[in-house]
Amino acid sequence: MTDDTTLHLEELHTRLAQGAQDAGLLDIAYRTVDSPVGELLLAATERGIVRIAFHREGFDDVLQTLSTKVSPRVLRSPARLDAAATELEQYFEGKRRGFDLPLDFSLSHGFRRAVQGILPTIAYGSTASYAQVAAAAGSPRAMRAVGSACATNPLPLVVPCHRVLRTDGSLGGYAGGLEAKSALLHLESAA
Amino acid sequence: MMLLPFETVVRTHGRTVLRVCLSVAGADDADDAWSETFLSALDAYPRLPADANVEAWLVTIARRKAIDVVRARGRRPVTVERLPEEPSTLGIPGALDDERAAAETVARAVSALPGKQRQAVTYHYLGGLPYQEVADIIGGTTDAARRAAADGISALRRTMGARP
Repeated sequence: MTDDTTLHLEELHTRLAQGAQDAGLLDIAYRTVDSPVGELLLAATERGIVRIAFHREGFDDVLQTLSTKVSPRVLRSPARLDAAATELEQYFEGKRRGFDLPLDFSLSHGFRRAVQGILPTIAYGSTASYAQVAAAAGSPRAMRAVGSACATNPLPLVVPCHRVLRTDGSLGGYAGGLEAKSALLHLESAA
Repeated sequence: MMLLPFETVVRTHGRTVLRVCLSVAGADDADDAWSETFLSALDAYPRLPADANVEAWLVTIARRKAIDVVRARGRRPVTVERLPEEPSTLGIPGALDDERAAAETVARAVSALPGKQRQAVTYHYLGGLPYQEVADIIGGTTDAARRAAADGISALRRTMGARP
């Protein structure tokens, strides 16, 4: 078939996503956005943002994991992510210091979930060590587990795992790559 | 095996479903039939067995939805070159459990057919496409498409233990 058909299928897809939303069948909506740390994938359930992923994580893999662990009713549909896209844009422009978005922690459990809940208390522009976060979580010796909780954070940027460093001040790890982590810290210290 | 994100299903099979809708419902109603097909499929998708033949499943829903859309407008469905020789025993989402089980059995048998036979059976018998359009999709002549479908049906009769 022709390019006209391709365009037509895009229109039908848009209409399908809207119909799915209206019928309560759009369990996961997603879109991609450009950012200074590369293309990002944003995904949301009806409850809130469920996943933010960096390009290097592989969007196909990320979507497959969402399909398996949350629901296979997944469609590309930008509308539900409009607020998230706007807030992230403001953040990258240095005009926003915190996020005001509903979050869905379906992908996190137990101690990791608890740690991820603590991370937003680390203020914009400041950092904490893995040891400090472990202490704040009530398990001062669980530094490695804090490291895992940061590494598996399903909502980077919004849940600021980039503000957690090694005790000696070195970067540690980051799902988005150390360059991205460093860029975010630089952005926050400059603003 | 895991279910793929539904987005992938729409991207992979959207074109084929549109062909079935165009063929059965005509240009005026094809879009509505396409939307109805994927909404209905999205609803049922989490319950689809991970090894199901997604294309056969979708094409079957598409044909049913296209006929429904046309009937709702009080028109007759576009006549196909030749109607399927026997009524389909395939269920659609929400159908009775034994009907759904039968549908899965057929779909599994269809998936086991060699490529062209599988496509010809799916598009002609499940989707209601005339052989000429089947040939447009799978390549080759109309006669070759007809032969592939006939060979496929013979093979299905054998594997499913039906009397000749």
